Amino acid sequence: MAVGVRTQDLRKIYSSAPPMAAGGFVARGSAKGSKQPKPQITALDGLSLEIQPGEIFGLLGPNGAGKSTTVGVLTTRVRPTSGQAWIGPHDVWKEQAEVKHLIGVVPQRPNHDFSLTAREILIFHAAYFGMGSKERNERADSLLEKFKLTDRANQMVRGFSGGMMQRLSIARAMMHDPKVLFLDEPSAGLDPQTRILLWDIIRDYNREGKTILLTTHYMEEADALCHRLAIVDHGKIIALDTPHQLKASIPGGYLLRLRFGNQTPELLQRLQSLAGVREVRSNDGTGTDVYADRGGSLIPEIAAVAVSAGGELSDVHISEPSLENLFLHHTGRSLRD
Amino acid sequence: MNWKAFGAMLARDAHVARRNAIQLFFQTFLQPLLFVFIFGRVMVGSGYMPPQYKSLLLPGIIAISMVFTGIWAVAMPLIAEFQWTREIEDRLLAPIDIRWIAIEKVLAGMIQAAVAGLVVIPLAWLVLGRGVGLSVQSPVEFIAIVLLVSAFSACGGLALGCSMNQQHIGLMFSMLLTPMIFFGCTYYPWSALDKFPILQKAVLINPIVYASEGMRGTLVPQFPHLSTLATLAALLFFDVVLLVVGLRQFDKKAIS
Repeated sequence: MAVGVRTQDLRKIYSSAPPMAAGGFVARGSAKGSKQPKPQITALDGLSLEIQPGEIFGLLGPNGAGKSTTVGVLTTRVRPTSGQAWIGPHDVWKEQAEVKHLIGVVPQRPNHDFSLTAREILIFHAAYFGMGSKERNERADSLLEKFKLTDRANQMVRGFSGGMMQRLSIARAMMHDPKVLFLDEPSAGLDPQTRILLWDIIRDYNREGKTILLTTHYMEEADALCHRLAIVDHGKIIALDTPHQLKASIPGGYLLRLRFGNQTPELLQRLQSLAGVREVRSNDGTGTDVYADRGGSLIPEIAAVAVSAGGELSDVHISEPSLENLFLHHTGRSLRD
Repeated sequence: MNWKAFGAMLARDAHVARRNAIQLFFQTFLQPLLFVFIFGRVMVGSGYMPPQYKSLLLPGIIAISMVFTGIWAVAMPLIAEFQWTREIEDRLLAPIDIRWIAIEKVLAGMIQAAVAGLVVIPLAWLVLGRGVGLSVQSPVEFIAIVLLVSAFSACGGLALGCSMNQQHIGLMFSMLLTPMIFFGCTYYPWSALDKFPILQKAVLINPIVYASEGMRGTLVPQFPHLSTLATLAALLFFDVVLLVVGLRQFDKKAIS
């Protein structure tokens, strides 16, 4: 039976740089020896979500948004400052061993046992979960085959490429057949071919009735894989829906990022009145974002308006409806900022 | 308590130790054997040291080998695994209370320390040649001392390994372990400090004193030594303190 995931009002405040389990972002305290109090970093700020059993759920957001901390809390590696989290019926902080039976984790950075071969890594992992010797040998062989690692099975992982380490990480996470699979930035640093292989593997695993939670800052990945998606920023969920619905919620859908030689309030007003323009936002005088239901066909009109308002159009960037635009719409920042 | 997971982790450590057996052998035994050779064989053979120094030296060498091995076996992998390779994360996700992962490390370190101590005895005997007068009068006391010294070194390794940063490893050896060994009554009995009364009192905060004096009391009781009961009690005290500190530090490292 598939297992769901739930969090309620999770808060996490770090009083020093987030240690390894949180991964992700770097924020250093004050210099050594100074008497200033350590800066507090709010990584999660009341995050609540509910992931349905059997769903592929994505957490999308820029670096430092709180995605990895959320995964850390759900996988028993980060203790929340307040709030609760459940995997199926089990409270993550009260029933850790039960929770750990149900979950498999693919970390952001490979953390393989460098003293073991690829095959031994899988076998020992299964042994930690109490799997019998025959079963774990069979399963290790079949996963090595599936992840195209059979020919390197008996080599130490030290010399493995990034892609091979990543494939091995996923194989290891699947060894004990977890009901919920967490993947933290699974395709970071992978070549396009391996990424496609990874997506197929994730979809296949999901078809077996497993719940999958992945974090990413790749739009294409979230779009292609996830049934539902939460956009996270500053430790909060700012939007949650299917990728399709989320994209449909951007006013107009198209985003035109414009720059003018001289940006006047009058110019902005006249842009707003053009046919098809839904919203005009000025970015601190440096540029203007126009949300509209058409793209390129608006440019001649914008150029004409600009000339008549005394500000020449100097730069144009048109993007079609995408999650990137959605993020920008909600936060005023690009995902890659 | 999940004994299967605990056993599997112990099996993993044994597997890795077997794989690195030759390296481990030299790492553990080369230094003590060189020491035994120079001080026990060359210096005694050439008449600079009295013949009975051989027997006096050996218990101290056993204590050093055990303490070094236990600390090294637990602290070094923990420092690397928490800070560099992060490979301990896979075990932290095993379905077991994470404190047992630390205790497994301590148990593995204890086994290595005890083996190191017991193997040094015949090896040193071979190097020293004739004239070593070991006599185990109470096997129970000897076993208790071996167990408590192993536990002290492994718990110390846990506390150090979870408190030190990678860049401080050199400092740990030069500023902490080296003085502890030299002031640890390893190369001389505690009673040799009679002429230095302040130093003699001060070294009592050093747990290695009890390790070497305990070894001396159970292996070569013909030399002056601290009471075995007192050394057992002191070692037990250090074991418990270091285990408690080590577990707390482990928890801090493992969970953010």
